[in-house]
Amino acid sequence: MTVVRKTITVEAPAAIAFRVFTDSMDRWWPRSGHHISPAGLKQAVLEGREGGRWYEVDINGTECDWGRVLEWDPPTRLVLAWQIDATWHYNPHLVTEVEIQFVAEGPDRTRVELEHRNLERFGDAMENIRAGLDLGWHNLLAAFAQATVA
Amino acid sequence: MLVALSDPTRRRIFEILAEGPRAVVELAAELPVSRPAVSQHLRVLKEAGLVVDRQVGTRRVYALNPQGLQALRGYLDQFWDRALASFKAVVEDGKGDDETP
Repeated sequence: MTVVRKTITVEAPAAIAFRVFTDSMDRWWPRSGHHISPAGLKQAVLEGREGGRWYEVDINGTECDWGRVLEWDPPTRLVLAWQIDATWHYNPHLVTEVEIQFVAEGPDRTRVELEHRNLERFGDAMENIRAGLDLGWHNLLAAFAQATVA
Repeated sequence: MLVALSDPTRRRIFEILAEGPRAVVELAAELPVSRPAVSQHLRVLKEAGLVVDRQVGTRRVYALNPQGLQALRGYLDQFWDRALASFKAVVEDGKGDDETP
């Protein structure tokens, strides 16, 4: 349950599918809410090379990192580091991987397989939250009990 | 789920609750929005499975849902569905090929 897998087939050669996914990411990235800046998303940018940045530019021109390119094998494979946490903020200590494979099914047909993995790393953060939560409830109930007795 | 954390105020509530449970009044005191607005945001977060609430005496106290990872996975699952559908539309539109001949 710590992986999200998606497959979609597009009617286009793998090279074009790869290029649209990367160079033209801004043209298909869902707009509503899927960005960090409260100001609103102007552009989604993926730098096409290993180690390249993956970031957003908001309508004020401010850049916010999303992650980076871990592996760059055009036109068949791409691995991105997704470093956005559960509250949709960039977290340099969180690295989840998104691997995208472009499998040619014909000259004009490509199967795109996406895997977003290491979601348990969100879980580590959740585990910390859970520990804090137990303590929080404990303190709260203890305080309430005291107040009731007093 | 998709919209639950897309709102800056709801993200802020989520962050505050990550520090520990809070009553509605306490949340309202930390935020630049009214108490009814906070309650409305909490309702959205609760419906998304991100927070849980409990009655403590006369106060209703909210906390992050420890099962939230499941909710987060669901969020990403839906996010990629939407993103890939949009990607497919752009690729097949042909305009994705920005190369000029």
